[in-house]
Amino acid sequence: MKKTKINEFLDAPLTVINIGLETFADELEEQGVPVVHLDWAPPARGNPKLAALLSKLGA
Amino acid sequence: MQRIEAANKQALERILGADPILIDVIPASEAIPTLTENRILHAGPPLNWDQMCGPMRGAVCGIAVFEGWARSLDEAANFSAEGAFEFLPNHHFDAVGPMTGLTTIGQPVMVVENQTMGNRAYCAINEGLGKVMRFGGNDHEVLARLRWLRDEFGPAFGRALRHLGGLPLKNLVARGLTMGDEMHQRNVACTGLTLRALAPAFAETVRDRGELSKALAFIGNNDQFFLNIAMAMGKSIMDPVRNIEAASIVTAMSRNGTDFGIRVSGTGDSWFTAPVEMPEGLYFPGFTEADANPDMGDSTIVETVGLGGFAMGAAPAVAGFVGAGEPSSAVDFTRKMSDITVGENPEWSIPGLNYLGVPTGIDIRLVVETGIVPTINTGIAHKEPGIGQVGAGVVNAPMHCFEKALIAFAEGVGIT
Amino acid sequence: MTDTVITEVRKSLYLDSVVLMRMSRAITQIDGVFEAAMMMGTPANIEIMTDAGLLDDVGRTATGGDLVIGIRAADKISANAALDAASTQLEKPQVEKRGNKEWHPKTLRTAIKEAPNSNLALISVAGQFAVSEARKAIRRGLNVMIFSDNVSLLDEVELKREAKKLDRLIMGPDCGTAIINGVPLAFSNVVPRGSIGIVGASGTGMQEVASLIGQYGGGISHAVGVGGRDLRTEVGGISTLMAIDALDSDPNTDKIVVISKPPSSEVGSKVLQRIGESSKTSVICFIGGRKLAMPVNATQVFTLKDTACTVMDVSHSDAEPVLPTGFDNGGRLIKGLFSGGTLCAEAQVLLQQGKNAVYSNIPVANSLSMAEGGQGHVLLDLGDDQYTKGKPHPMIDPSGRNELILSAVQDRSWGAILLDVVIGFGAHRDPAGLLVDLLNENEFNDAPQVFASVTGTEDDPQVRSRQVKKLAQAGIIVAPTNADAARWALSFVERSV
Repeated sequence: MKKTKINEFLDAPLTVINIGLETFADELEEQGVPVVHLDWAPPARGNPKLAALLSKLGA
Repeated sequence: MQRIEAANKQALERILGADPILIDVIPASEAIPTLTENRILHAGPPLNWDQMCGPMRGAVCGIAVFEGWARSLDEAANFSAEGAFEFLPNHHFDAVGPMTGLTTIGQPVMVVENQTMGNRAYCAINEGLGKVMRFGGNDHEVLARLRWLRDEFGPAFGRALRHLGGLPLKNLVARGLTMGDEMHQRNVACTGLTLRALAPAFAETVRDRGELSKALAFIGNNDQFFLNIAMAMGKSIMDPVRNIEAASIVTAMSRNGTDFGIRVSGTGDSWFTAPVEMPEGLYFPGFTEADANPDMGDSTIVETVGLGGFAMGAAPAVAGFVGAGEPSSAVDFTRKMSDITVGENPEWSIPGLNYLGVPTGIDIRLVVETGIVPTINTGIAHKEPGIGQVGAGVVNAPMHCFEKALIAFAEGVGIT
Repeated sequence: MTDTVITEVRKSLYLDSVVLMRMSRAITQIDGVFEAAMMMGTPANIEIMTDAGLLDDVGRTATGGDLVIGIRAADKISANAALDAASTQLEKPQVEKRGNKEWHPKTLRTAIKEAPNSNLALISVAGQFAVSEARKAIRRGLNVMIFSDNVSLLDEVELKREAKKLDRLIMGPDCGTAIINGVPLAFSNVVPRGSIGIVGASGTGMQEVASLIGQYGGGISHAVGVGGRDLRTEVGGISTLMAIDALDSDPNTDKIVVISKPPSSEVGSKVLQRIGESSKTSVICFIGGRKLAMPVNATQVFTLKDTACTVMDVSHSDAEPVLPTGFDNGGRLIKGLFSGGTLCAEAQVLLQQGKNAVYSNIPVANSLSMAEGGQGHVLLDLGDDQYTKGKPHPMIDPSGRNELILSAVQDRSWGAILLDVVIGFGAHRDPAGLLVDLLNENEFNDAPQVFASVTGTEDDPQVRSRQVKKLAQAGIIVAPTNADAARWALSFVERSV
């Protein structure tokens, strides 16, 4: 079988960007897995009109 | 949107490719031919006399007396109210000015040429600390200093620069960043580097030893001397970024003491304004927040090119000005700004951030998306004219400017 | 009364102006002090301090290299206190405490700059935002695990189609479990590495199977979650098929396990066809589903326990229950309170072999919906939306479920209570302890017997055997697997009396 892009992902050491629950990042850190936790907030401070505009503008 | 990315890439290339040189000091009338009698250029987006804050009015009255357009400050105030003067933003005349930032025909201005693009930008000479016109000062001492700048120091400074063949600024700023300057609140190193570069040329071109000594001391005694040079440099870098179709990069941020305004490359020369915020900071003895004037000046042009608050990581001591900020938090300010910029400037790097380049090219889309507004390092003026600087601190650009700009920008690229 | 002014000049002492302003502010806050400043004695500063009424004649002799302390206070005592404080500040080296909040990037874009080798975005923000973050992630070359639920089916379909085009894997939405390259993500267990690859549309099902494989001496190459709806017609099994492709060409994987709720027939046959093309053997568990025609290299099983046993080739050693004797509260029905949806489904499959009807809020085939009413066993998935709206999942915070357990134990109409206890990363750090403490606080008469199992491993942070011990000490009968717990509970309530 030919290896796929997904195999590359499965074979490589995991480096995670965590968006949301911080405990997930903490637990990965506990296991020594490189993880960057995002200080995430709803886009455009939760303004749906601006968020829609932003998604169309490709930010 | 592919064309926004392409346009922003071009904008960033123009910023990073700029080669600003301080080449001369000449009268404003010569630098800006359209600057005529009774025209007063001010900091920030457009505003009229009625909207002006105290220090701005104080400075206007002082400059009118200085230019001989009024005999007294009171008369100048009356003339202003009657509409005798035309108030226009510096930014519309290739110029910038700190705090009140007034530019008029009789003042000498420093000339920075961006040799990559061939454009020039102008800024008056920094008057020093304490009671000065940029903080609304207008007494005899303030006006006398302005006359000395016009008649003695300005011409001497110009001769020295011409003798030197110009002072390249890009490397000088790069060195300043490694020496603890961020070019807005802290210009100690760059001022020293400038003095070091200019002193021999001054010595060659100023005959009178007393005048020479006075000129060198004037530079050496003013830790903020370089600020105005950095501002003219910023303006010369950002002007060629204006009017790139579909670019969402901020080309100017500026305050007039009443409003905060931004301009965005893809929306041409429109200003997007919102009421300016109060700075948060530390005060000189005898003064408190109650004395503070809302934020003011074109000096935010340095943040627009990635310095000032964006380069806080280079100047940990300055971070202490923010309410509870610890010097060790300085790098966080810089990293936070990288969330709203499209790139880094590899030639202006910060040792404390493992030589990360300063975050460069503020993208209004990223500002609105993240809810992070540019951090600006600023001086704080007394709200009454004539008193001067009362503190220094940090202020946020109002989000509303960026939201307004985003809506207009989207319309401009055909998206509603 | 006039103010007291004290000035002190420290010759040739330089401190940064910001440091001095911060010290000045601290001193000004001392009682009785009107104004205080510490500044370098430059002419400009001397002028400022003079104007503020802080300098006496001594102070005015300072030069730019000297540090000047000026204090104006109500009386001499306050002024001296301030001067002492100033001296202390000057003599104490500046120990700056670290900013309490370290910097985190705000956007995916900046995070990738921070960690250019990133290959997975783990997304658990509210569903409405999860999709756009996932889209950004795949466009920037990342694979994605979406823990969030409340993502519309249409969004899921579009997202997975785009991901397929970009050759990126979407695990989820509503994907709680995955073990990638030995790393347990979100709700997952610490299982030895091995040669069994799992593709699963159900989180706790994968946890149970992976943990049992570990217990039986085997190990996992990868456990790829795909999200609960991946095998629906609309989604078409996009992620499942991508995962099977990858495991098929993965040299470290010898056998493939597929766990899911019953797929739509169209997608089911697509998946089975793909399994049939592989040279590796497979075990297929569509929990609660009917018997299907299998390719020659695949075996269909109907419980999670059988999945693990079959893929490990161990005998179906149904451990015999040690049932309490000598008491009967008269109850003949079982109340199941589950935190894991698939564990609830597996229990339904087993209880269907008994004499009574099985009711559930997530009924599998041959179970009845709660709405239908009537007498029978009741098995509830407390992780289902109706119980988790605005509340944490019972695996994270078991307190809500524990309350329900407490009232069930006091209800004599039940003969037995059936529980799952799921441990591992993501889960509460001591679910058994919390439950046992609650039960020990109360006294019960003629209470139903509680049966439980612990899904997890010895290497999990909670340590499986410790959780088992706590439950057993509280009189709970702990079975080796979720299936056994269900079977034991059934034979307990159906025992001849």
